Amino acid sequence: MSALIDPDTLPRSSAVVTPLIAKPAVEVRGASVIYPAADGPMQALKDIDLRIAQGEFISLIGPSGCGKTTLLRVIADLEPISGGQVWVNGLSPREARQARAYGYVFQAPALFAWRTVLGNVMLPLRIQGMRKEQAAGVAREHLLRVGLNGFESKYPWQLSGGMQQRVSIARALAFEPRLLMMDEPFGALDEITRDDLNAQLQALWQSERRTVVFVTHSIAEAVYLSTRIVVMSSRPGRIVDVIDSTLPDTRTLDLRDTPEFAALVHRVRKALAQGHH
Amino acid sequence: MIRLRRHSVVSRFAAMPAGRALPVLVVGAVLVLLWYALAALLNGHSAAQTAVSPGGEGWLLARWSAPRPVLPAPHQIAIALWQGLFDWPFDSPRSLLLQTWITAQATLLGFVLGGLFGWLLAALMVHARTPERALMPWVVASQTVPVLALAPIVLIILGSLGLSGLLPKAVIAMYLCFFPVTVAMVQGLRAPQRIETELLHTYAATRWQTFWLLRMPSALPYVFPALKVAVAAGLIGAMVAEVSTGAQGGLGARLLTASYYGNILQMWAALVMAALLGLGLTAAVAVLERVVLRKHGRRIA
Repeated sequence: MSALIDPDTLPRSSAVVTPLIAKPAVEVRGASVIYPAADGPMQALKDIDLRIAQGEFISLIGPSGCGKTTLLRVIADLEPISGGQVWVNGLSPREARQARAYGYVFQAPALFAWRTVLGNVMLPLRIQGMRKEQAAGVAREHLLRVGLNGFESKYPWQLSGGMQQRVSIARALAFEPRLLMMDEPFGALDEITRDDLNAQLQALWQSERRTVVFVTHSIAEAVYLSTRIVVMSSRPGRIVDVIDSTLPDTRTLDLRDTPEFAALVHRVRKALAQGHH
Repeated sequence: MIRLRRHSVVSRFAAMPAGRALPVLVVGAVLVLLWYALAALLNGHSAAQTAVSPGGEGWLLARWSAPRPVLPAPHQIAIALWQGLFDWPFDSPRSLLLQTWITAQATLLGFVLGGLFGWLLAALMVHARTPERALMPWVVASQTVPVLALAPIVLIILGSLGLSGLLPKAVIAMYLCFFPVTVAMVQGLRAPQRIETELLHTYAATRWQTFWLLRMPSALPYVFPALKVAVAAGLIGAMVAEVSTGAQGGLGARLLTASYYGNILQMWAALVMAALLGLGLTAAVAVLERVVLRKHGRRIA
């Protein structure tokens, strides 16, 4: 796809990124994670092999305890691996983190109560040493993109749960990471808000084509959002199936009523059931 | 004019919820009545010196206006307080205002030094396990040494270094101040949740950035209650230093000389001023708390 674009028309920043596009966004080879537990070591992840290309939207789905969050945390350098190898944009997770290669959205919004909405979105930019005025400008722009313009000077407690999570998404996107990792970001929200945010996230991905690794336990959410769905199983945490989406690239919520969508949901459900025993 | 002023006092009480102001006033009134009763009982001996025939109308008045009462009546203390505050120029050593100011200075300096020291100690302790394990037992042990015994020793040591007056008293105040600050600060700096620390970890924030952007703001709600305790403890430290070392000035010195000359009224006046100073300092910290927390977007009840 990148070959179709004339390099001269690309924005200047892309020129630096272009060589990386050849590399997979994330590559996991034979990775395993073992936790010490009271009744002997617990295998949270076993022999995980996964290759995520630039621009993909990957969902990790599975029952609780299947290690989907652990896998995401391994990629984000929030958790060490016991064996195997992991690369993010060709770097080790630690190097990638230090190069600020990814944005991470947690299950909870994790907004700082003492900072305004704008202050929260500015946080990563200020840590990276961006000047205050410039950071405020960038943060405003990203709040606009998640539909929160006008809420800049509010404090987190003045917002609803869905709005708080949108702030945290704006915050993760504020420094324009090529890779966005999301750990059940809408898990705590009601279904209506969740649908709304799914549609927004889908539109965001359509317009920017960032690589997204998305952890969820909702089959419908995974099918609706993803280009590929990684189905995982527990004890030990492993990948049981990787399903390519057959859905068209542009998606609306209505798509969920099509037979194609139902067929995909069925495949994911079957894979989950197979992995369950 | 008078009516206006009275009205403003009344309206201030009215601004308090009636359910809150009324019980406080009732208890106050009961205490004052009890006080007068107790004064009448206790001051028999001193009133006898004024040779008023017992049982007469002047009997009660004599007991409530004895020049050397065991327990002075509230109005006597009020008069002594008024005289101490306003009968002398501020620069006279007899001025109660000057003595209060001397003690306040020592307390505030000790409070600032103790606060900074307690904060530094806590910052050191949250960043590594070893300093915490090594320091915390000493921090706790330091508070078991009676400050009354320690004060003269500190004064002798600092005096040998040529330091006298304000600073030694502030050092003793600081000795009492730093402890609550350290304990609360350690707790507060550890208050950030795991998800918040991990968030900064994904931004590859430095320790320094994590400290200022996350740990310090998280610690603020913990620190202010400790600062209120600390400023009150600092006042005690400063006064103990004045009493136990025969200081030349300050409320402690005033208490000491008044008791030496048996001037009960002056003792009470100094005591009331010390209480007012303590209240004032605590209230000042409370105001600071409101201002700072409001600036940090906290909901304040």
